[in-house]
Amino acid sequence: MVLTECDYQLISAIQGGMPLVSHPYAEVGKEIGMSEKQVIARIGEMQAQGVIKRFGVVVRHHELGYTANAMVVWDLPDERLDEAGESLGAQDCVTLCYQRPRRLPEWPYNLFCMIHGRSREKVLAQVEQMVIELGLSDIQHEVLFSGQRFKQRGARYQ
Amino acid sequence: MTPEQDTLSKLEKRLLNDYQRGLPLSATPFADIADALGATEAKVLSTLSDLQERGVISRVGPVFMPQKAGASTLAAVAVPPEELAAAAVFISAFDEVNHNYERLHRLNLWFVVTAPDQQRVDEVLAEIERHCNQPVLNLPLMKHFHIDLGFPLWC
Repeated sequence: MVLTECDYQLISAIQGGMPLVSHPYAEVGKEIGMSEKQVIARIGEMQAQGVIKRFGVVVRHHELGYTANAMVVWDLPDERLDEAGESLGAQDCVTLCYQRPRRLPEWPYNLFCMIHGRSREKVLAQVEQMVIELGLSDIQHEVLFSGQRFKQRGARYQ
Repeated sequence: MTPEQDTLSKLEKRLLNDYQRGLPLSATPFADIADALGATEAKVLSTLSDLQERGVISRVGPVFMPQKAGASTLAAVAVPPEELAAAAVFISAFDEVNHNYERLHRLNLWFVVTAPDQQRVDEVLAEIERHCNQPVLNLPLMKHFHIDLGFPLWC
């Protein structure tokens, strides 16, 4: 999808959240000189094209008691990466699953997934269970728990 | 269920669990949600505002697919523990940095840089590298495997 100047204005207007008012799309439109119908149509199109992956309530897990946040990183042989990525990504408590480049020798890991849990013990048990169920016991991995959260908000593109 | 979740009302739980995606694309989405949940529009709006004020939700709006709009990367740097707080303040001060976390690892500071284009992302990484006097690991997304449907809170 090619994003127009108009789309970027719209992204800029909604990236911090929709106004919590009765007619939010009309209100956003007023700000950037678009009609309510146009705003709704463009947001719908961005969702259909995958620019917006979801549109709704963005929950802060930590505040809901999911205080253990782990990034689990795996060093997968290239030929097993897709299969492992898809099966890890399909796990209920995995919220993100991405391939990223290795940076050898410093960083051998090429698959990243994010797990939110209520305690470190529970997260470690989930990782252990995934290793067994998905046949990853021969794959080197590390669990990086989060410590202090210094900043957390949605991305801004403009 | 955690203590935090115990104190949530039924309406709050439904809003948090059922509307992480699919905010109605109608003129009055919150009235539509109210109809579906047997509440009033005013109650839905005040409940969402309240959740936002308490920091339980960061917003009601879009989550963008990284790199479909603009450029972004995940980066990490190893800083001496006694310099962590100061490095974090420097990094968080960039408007282009939207997430910045300590992680319990030799690479102890992890952050996401998002900008309208790659050039600006590279500039930010270079400035951070200079300031911290440490190499910054640049780990851009290559492929995503997870379809983000939101996180099931009550399972």
